[in-house]
Amino acid sequence: MLSPVARQAGAPTADRVIDIAGLSLSFATSDGPVQALSGIDLVVGRGEFVSFIGPSGCGKTTLLRAIADLEAPTSGALRVNGMSASEARVKRAYGYVFQAPALYPWRSIARNIALPLEIMGYGKAEREARVARGLELVNLTGFGNKFPWQLSGGMQQRASIARALSFDPDLLLMDEPFGALDEIVRDKLNEQLLRLWDVTGKTVLFVTHSIPEAVFLSTRIVVMSPRPGRVHDVIDSDFPRRRTLDIRETPAFLEVANRVRKGLREGHSYED
Amino acid sequence: MSRLLPIATIVAALLALWYVAALFMNAPLQRDVFANAGRTDYSFGDLALADLNMERPKLPAPHQIVAELDRLVLQTAPTSRRGLVYHALITLQETLLGFVIGSALGAGLAILIVSVRALERSIMPWIVASQTIPIIALAPMIVVILNQFDITGIIPKAVIAAYLSFFPVTVGLVKGLRSPDPLQLDLMRTYSASSAQTFRKLRAPASAPFFFASMKIAVAAALVGAVVAEVTKSEDGGLGARLLAGSYYGQTVQIWAALLAAAALSATLVGLIGLIEAFAARRMGMAG
Repeated sequence: MLSPVARQAGAPTADRVIDIAGLSLSFATSDGPVQALSGIDLVVGRGEFVSFIGPSGCGKTTLLRAIADLEAPTSGALRVNGMSASEARVKRAYGYVFQAPALYPWRSIARNIALPLEIMGYGKAEREARVARGLELVNLTGFGNKFPWQLSGGMQQRASIARALSFDPDLLLMDEPFGALDEIVRDKLNEQLLRLWDVTGKTVLFVTHSIPEAVFLSTRIVVMSPRPGRVHDVIDSDFPRRRTLDIRETPAFLEVANRVRKGLREGHSYED
Repeated sequence: MSRLLPIATIVAALLALWYVAALFMNAPLQRDVFANAGRTDYSFGDLALADLNMERPKLPAPHQIVAELDRLVLQTAPTSRRGLVYHALITLQETLLGFVIGSALGAGLAILIVSVRALERSIMPWIVASQTIPIIALAPMIVVILNQFDITGIIPKAVIAAYLSFFPVTVGLVKGLRSPDPLQLDLMRTYSASSAQTFRKLRAPASAPFFFASMKIAVAAALVGAVVAEVTKSEDGGLGARLLAGSYYGQTVQIWAALLAAAALSATLVGLIGLIEAFAARRMGMAG
């Protein structure tokens, strides 16, 4: 089987949004070092939608955080947009969406979306225009003056996506953003996210626990295995860009989903 | 109206309890008075009536205190040194000045402790220890020291009020400034926000509920400090001075009147801060 890196060697260096080689990360805990990631190789090109799937403890969140410069790798090379992770962070190259909306309760939704814009020094008129556009993008027009406690969980998460997009980063890092929501809302948000990706053409790195979600949304699925965190398999998936949720019933979809499941099983994800 | 009923019931119960207590506490003294005047045929009703209207009772009855307050507040000129309004204003000035200084000091210390990690372990023990010294011993020392530098009048008392009121603000604000959860701090990091921006936009607003709670405690503590300071140096007036004067001359009704005036002052100040807090909470989306 072709190693994941060999398959990606064709992508021109200039177009590589993420370039990871031999990345390892271990945490020093009171019980001794914990190897969260070991020997990760990954190349992500512009406009791709890459999902990371694996059981808890396989390091997918740690990998995303390392890319975001929220954790420091212990060895290996990591380049974001051709620069180091910290430089990319200082240049505000990405938007991060957490598992929880993490909205500020004392700010209205509009002012929450404007938070990164305020920090980055955009003018008032520019901020208002971008907030309006963001609200429209996630279908929250008219809710700008409400406060987070007045919105449902799904709407809060949509607001946090709008906030991550408000300053127009080319890279979106999403850590199980729909994990805390029920399936109906999740389906709706999956469709909205896909449409958003189609319209804006951004590069998305998406961490998830859900096999159907990963297969539905991605152009590439990275299956990870735990202890220590490793890339087990990389699966390309080329469904039409304008797909709907009905595609989940087609044989092609089920084939990819089965391949993901096989990878998870081989990576000992279903064992203790 | 339904909100007033529970309060009114409790107040009525307290008053009833007070009257009963006054009856029993003043009875021995009153019996002595009757005996000295040669009266032996008094009924329980006579005793009760006399008990509740003594000139120097052990425990004044509520109506006696109200009458005294009426005399000293409503029937005396505000500028007269014999009235309570004059002294209450002195105490109020010391309290407010001490509260402002104490809050500013407390807030400054809190910001320092949160910004410089090494400071918490070195400063906090001293701050806590400072509060364990009995203020009744410390107050005269502070007044004497400040008098050496020709600082007299309201300011030494305000210093003592500040001494008592900075501590709750420091402790509360340190907790409040540290209250944002790690996810929100990580978010700031992804925006590459400076620590000043993180402070202004995240830590400061997040600390608002802790701040107001601490301020309420601080203003009450400032009043206590002012009154204690006045008791130890009573030439400059104030409610503490009236408390002291009352206890010198055995004027229990005067003591209680001054006490109630101080309590009313404290309640008003705490209530005012509560109002400001409600106003701020509304502006911060009722979650502040």
